[in-house]
Amino acid sequence: MEKFEKLTGIVMPMDRPNVDTDAIIPKQFLKSIKRTGFGPNLFDEWRYLDQGEPDADNSRRPLNPDFVLNQERYQGAKILLARENFGCGSSREHAPWALADYGFRVIIAPSFADIFFNNCFKNGLLPIVLDEKTVDDLFREIDATPGYALRVDLETQIITKPDGGEISFEVDEFRKYCLLNGLDDIGMTLQHVDDIRAYEARRQQEAPWLF
Amino acid sequence: MAGKTLYDKLWDAHVVRDSGDGAVLIYIDRHLVHEVTSPQAFEGLRLAGRKLWRKAANLATPDHNVPTTPTERHGGVAAIADPVSRLQVQTLDQNCQEFGITEFSMNDPRQGIVHVIGPEEGATLPGMTVVCGDSHTSTHGAFGALAFGIGTSEVEHVLATQCLLQKKSKAMRIRVEGAAPAGVTAKDIVLAIIGEIGTAGGTGYAIEFAGQAIRDLSMEGRMTLCNMAIEAGARAGMVAVDQTTIDYVKGRPWAPKADLWEQAVADWRTLHSDADAVFDKEIVIEAAGIKPQVTWGTSPEMVVAVDARVPDPAHESDSVKREGMKAALAYMGLEANTPITEIQIDKAFIGSCTNSRIEDLRAAAAVAKNRRVADSVKLALVVPGSGLVKKQAEEEGLDKIFIEAGFEWREPGCSMCLAMNADRLEPGERCASTSNRNFEGRQGQGGRTHLVSPTMAAAAAIAGHFVDVRDL
Repeated sequence: MEKFEKLTGIVMPMDRPNVDTDAIIPKQFLKSIKRTGFGPNLFDEWRYLDQGEPDADNSRRPLNPDFVLNQERYQGAKILLARENFGCGSSREHAPWALADYGFRVIIAPSFADIFFNNCFKNGLLPIVLDEKTVDDLFREIDATPGYALRVDLETQIITKPDGGEISFEVDEFRKYCLLNGLDDIGMTLQHVDDIRAYEARRQQEAPWLF
Repeated sequence: MAGKTLYDKLWDAHVVRDSGDGAVLIYIDRHLVHEVTSPQAFEGLRLAGRKLWRKAANLATPDHNVPTTPTERHGGVAAIADPVSRLQVQTLDQNCQEFGITEFSMNDPRQGIVHVIGPEEGATLPGMTVVCGDSHTSTHGAFGALAFGIGTSEVEHVLATQCLLQKKSKAMRIRVEGAAPAGVTAKDIVLAIIGEIGTAGGTGYAIEFAGQAIRDLSMEGRMTLCNMAIEAGARAGMVAVDQTTIDYVKGRPWAPKADLWEQAVADWRTLHSDADAVFDKEIVIEAAGIKPQVTWGTSPEMVVAVDARVPDPAHESDSVKREGMKAALAYMGLEANTPITEIQIDKAFIGSCTNSRIEDLRAAAAVAKNRRVADSVKLALVVPGSGLVKKQAEEEGLDKIFIEAGFEWREPGCSMCLAMNADRLEPGERCASTSNRNFEGRQGQGGRTHLVSPTMAAAAAIAGHFVDVRDL
């Protein structure tokens, strides 16, 4: 997994609540057996005016000029600012794969759906929960300031605004450690093979019908 | 000290290691696998040279992509018309063979939607931890199990270690008190709950459903209920074990037998919240007030009773919500204040992991019997949840009732719930659907989904518009 330490990036606002993972990456692209290549189909139904298919040449498809991702001022954005319950619905990890493949590394919202939140950390994406008032302020400031960028520092857990103002954020110790070091969960769990075997042996005595 | 919740008991029994840094290693008893969220996980194992930890804990089946028309289906995997879908189904077959995982392949009589076949086989048992790379894994919580959906990285983690690193959720109890009125199903109860607490109401919680209306439900009904816990934002939903649970599990192929059965049942009878257990949040809903539900928007929380009207955004004071309602009405092609019963439909879909079990099909068939699908309805689909549900329904003659009424009777799979195969809505088409998500584009780009119970979907197919099934 790619490490996450700090980054400065343009912020793209997505001003609607309950953005679901079907919207982030529609079902027809889930037929892929790979982990990569989902970026061009991120938000496909909102981003293009035609119907997307897995084998289409996306560079030739008509773009929806009203959709925020297609607006000149947000090109190259690395930070997504969203509303409540972002990433709800399907557990598809293709959603964080598509966001990361497009180039996003940070998502800021007042709340996230649990499975999506968890999936982000497995893919070098940092989801940050900020209170609604702070998120509201960010939406306003972005709207008023073309090129609005934030600096996000995971080590210090500080977001720095263009005017130098700082916002601190929370992150679980374990998740922070994994992101900072780009660590693979499986490798870490396999350091505890003895614990797993001991659990299985004990459980087999207590509940033999499970084995 | 306060007693334990059902969730506490399930959690505590599965802790392998707690290092105190917020991530607890918990053991997974059952892992269900399907073709869409597993290929990258198997590939990950191969690339890292890792082995499968415990073969017998896994059960696989293709469901999301499989065609449901008898002609395409009977040609076998090689005959799947969409080459991308075909490759994904073939990849599952190959991975299961390579790693030695039991798979009910596409034309195995036991194949079906993972959340239907797990319980049907007795592969889902009370007290288990059950995971699958699918958010509707919450379904299995109906058995007093801790069941939740995971992403593909976690699928790989389970394959390699039989464990997951998890943070314990908070506990919520939703009590639905009193008996549900006639004509009100588990689907109506859960939609009413989501309407009340919202799609993020359960975020961060594991929800236990309790109260008389829940205890009165069959296992099929409890599965419908827990299935949609995720639509209330909760990764896991659950119902305490009682005699209904035990009677359902008994005699199923993977369930314990003889002495082991007695031992298991004794253990399962402890799987309920203690009387003095404390929940982080408790919600009480009176069953008597619940009516058949119909969603009108693009989120499951956008739901009203069938005798109501489409809500008017002008009456919403929260500006973010108001804009959300306006966008939903525009997408759905609906005017505020339209009576729900005046909404005409183009298609009807009876199926999905929410509502494709035998009880659902019986209820829908009872409505369809001796009636005809309206001429204005282009397609009314019935897609059984598994090969065994299909067989049972055919033995009971339900297929004939549906076919005579003008419904199409299909082969098992996820079908038009998420439209990964050819079963889908065309842009602008409106569907009465027994599935679980009315998101934009869920059933096909530009398609408009109204979530309802199986009886309400059958009644809408016949009338050509929504009707109150209690009036039939």
